[in-house]
Amino acid sequence: MSDYVIQAEGLSKRYVIGHQIGARYATFREAIVESLKGAGQGALRVMRPSSVPPDPRREEIWALRDVSFDVRQGERLGVIGRNGAGKSTLLKILSRITDPTRGRVTLRGRVASLLEVGTGFHPELTGRENIFLNGAILGMTKNEIEAKFDEIVAFSEVERFLDTPLKRYSSGMQVRLAFAVAAHLEPEILVVDEVLAVGDYAFQKKSMGKMKEVAQGGRTVLFVSHDMGAVNTFCERAMLLHKGSVVAAGKASDVIARYLEGDDRLYSPIRSVFRDCGEFRLIAATAFQNDVPTVVINSRQPFTIEIQYEIVKVVADTRLSVFFRNQKGEEVFSTCDWDEPTEEALSRQAGRFISRVTIPARLLKTGPLYGTVVFDVRCLRVAFAEPDVLRLDVFDPQCPPLSETHGRPGVVAPILGWQMRRADTFADAEKSACEVGLAHTQGGE
Amino acid sequence: MNSNRLVIEAGRADREYWKDLWRYRELFYFLAWRDVLVRYKQAVLGIAWSVIRPLLTMLVFTVIFGRWAKLPSYGVPYPLLVLAAMLPWQLFINAVQEGSNSLVSNTNMITKVYFPRLIAPAGSVAVAVVDFLISAVLMIFFMAWYRVVPGVRLLAIPFFAALAVMASLGATSWLSALTVKYRDFRFVVPFMVQFGMYASPVAFSSRIVPEQWRLLYSFNPMVGIIEGFRWAILGQVGAIDGTVILSSIIGVTMLLVSGIWYFRRTERTFADVI
Repeated sequence: MSDYVIQAEGLSKRYVIGHQIGARYATFREAIVESLKGAGQGALRVMRPSSVPPDPRREEIWALRDVSFDVRQGERLGVIGRNGAGKSTLLKILSRITDPTRGRVTLRGRVASLLEVGTGFHPELTGRENIFLNGAILGMTKNEIEAKFDEIVAFSEVERFLDTPLKRYSSGMQVRLAFAVAAHLEPEILVVDEVLAVGDYAFQKKSMGKMKEVAQGGRTVLFVSHDMGAVNTFCERAMLLHKGSVVAAGKASDVIARYLEGDDRLYSPIRSVFRDCGEFRLIAATAFQNDVPTVVINSRQPFTIEIQYEIVKVVADTRLSVFFRNQKGEEVFSTCDWDEPTEEALSRQAGRFISRVTIPARLLKTGPLYGTVVFDVRCLRVAFAEPDVLRLDVFDPQCPPLSETHGRPGVVAPILGWQMRRADTFADAEKSACEVGLAHTQGGE
Repeated sequence: MNSNRLVIEAGRADREYWKDLWRYRELFYFLAWRDVLVRYKQAVLGIAWSVIRPLLTMLVFTVIFGRWAKLPSYGVPYPLLVLAAMLPWQLFINAVQEGSNSLVSNTNMITKVYFPRLIAPAGSVAVAVVDFLISAVLMIFFMAWYRVVPGVRLLAIPFFAALAVMASLGATSWLSALTVKYRDFRFVVPFMVQFGMYASPVAFSSRIVPEQWRLLYSFNPMVGIIEGFRWAILGQVGAIDGTVILSSIIGVTMLLVSGIWYFRRTERTFADVI
């Protein structure tokens, strides 16, 4: 008898995407018309959606393709890959939310997924009622919840508001309560998808501690994250998915290294077809780190954005900028070639150009970073904007999720040099402050 | 080694499903409990609505059909005639109205956790049963008021109630699964409920239906259930015989079996299309 708790063989998942964007829900009229047209065939569509014959207007997408892997009892497997690589689909199959199109998985033990904490929370119910409801949804029995109730409440730090409706909670409190319930599940197999990025710093630290405790209790954990530091510290083994297939599997550090290489065959950081506005034509936008084109950025080192473009028609006062936003859609920062303009930028000529800008080290938070290239006429109009042409993953090799900057408020987390010295008397300290202030003003002039 | 072995496979065998349904019975209980709790939160009159609604409907029907239209009530007070019919009818329409949306309104659960999806519409039926019990208390109150003493026929009530629950579950399974894919059914359901009120003998006794149409009329499974309730509570006031009851049993069984069949067929794609 093997000690594998998860055995996946040839898992594949196909999604059929309708080509009419926005018409996600078929209308019944459509189905009726079809059934009238194709007599029996349309009726088949209504009755047996699983056996729909191929339709030229529909496109098939294989979110997973022939994925096989084994996980042993007590092992912690990291699943990594870019957005859209199939990680979430894999987790959905393992947690039985959706069925695979082909292949099979054998699971030994109860699976609990933390795909998103707080599933089924109801705003009108009180904290106490939600604990029971959410626990039941996550697969706990009433007795289990009752036994752990006090522990859950203590962990969530919402004792005082237990009988207040959830809608009066702050979002931070809701998240804490949700995670507290989820953390007290005791499944044999735990599937975690980036839930650690919730709550404030102190709570994250507590959550990560709880996760470790769960894992050390001999349970199997499948951990999906964009945070390479967290995967590296938490998992022994990792699996890299790309376009639905496993491209690397093995020791976590090796697989992460493979991912961080940003292999050109895997990801193409250069896109060649862009919209044309008649004045400006974008040829390529690429990130370089250590002179190598890449999509994964080590935040401890500076990196360079290189934009190749063509000025087709000369217009006065045009500027080239890059706007960065994070996964939540928040603007992180923007930079423009008119901040400290060169002569070339002030009086642009027609022709092909390359503009480069270097982003300093130790500035960015870890996680996805999207760059939009904008070409505008100052104070007048945007001539060209290509949203999210740069899609980068920022990671911090020295920074597991418990490090100082993880989860800190703000869209950037610059690591700045702090200095400290002893000031023996207050007079001394004040004098020193004056001097520093003075020196600063003078230096600024 | 854990013996709790589970195989997930494309088109896996359904044997596990019924076991799962049993395993998840607590979730079923919790969802029904949630829906009962939530329904009257922030409503001043709260649970009183469960009484007010059938009470007002009964009043309106008694005045319009009993007083003004002067439809016969065959020796029993008209309010009782209506109330007895409303017990199963309200159960059915409450279940259908809430249940047909039960999957769509639980979208975030369906896309994030596994549970046998049949629990969602079944939960709505359970909530409707709670309302049914409240209405039953109302019925007892009015029977005492009019001094109507039921006979031994009252023992048939559990049978007709079970039939009403099965019809509700069958219709709800169909409609909730169809609503996931075809949002049109959100508009179809209110219409069906309105239409069904006239196609079923709720506001009047089925005895007013001409003899030659009664057989056709009894193809509506709710006819047998409603008249069954009247017969068990009030005696021979409707047109009810073995044929009507048999036709109702057959109709309900077909509705339930086909509803669950369709639900099971489409269930595995719910998370993908919802």
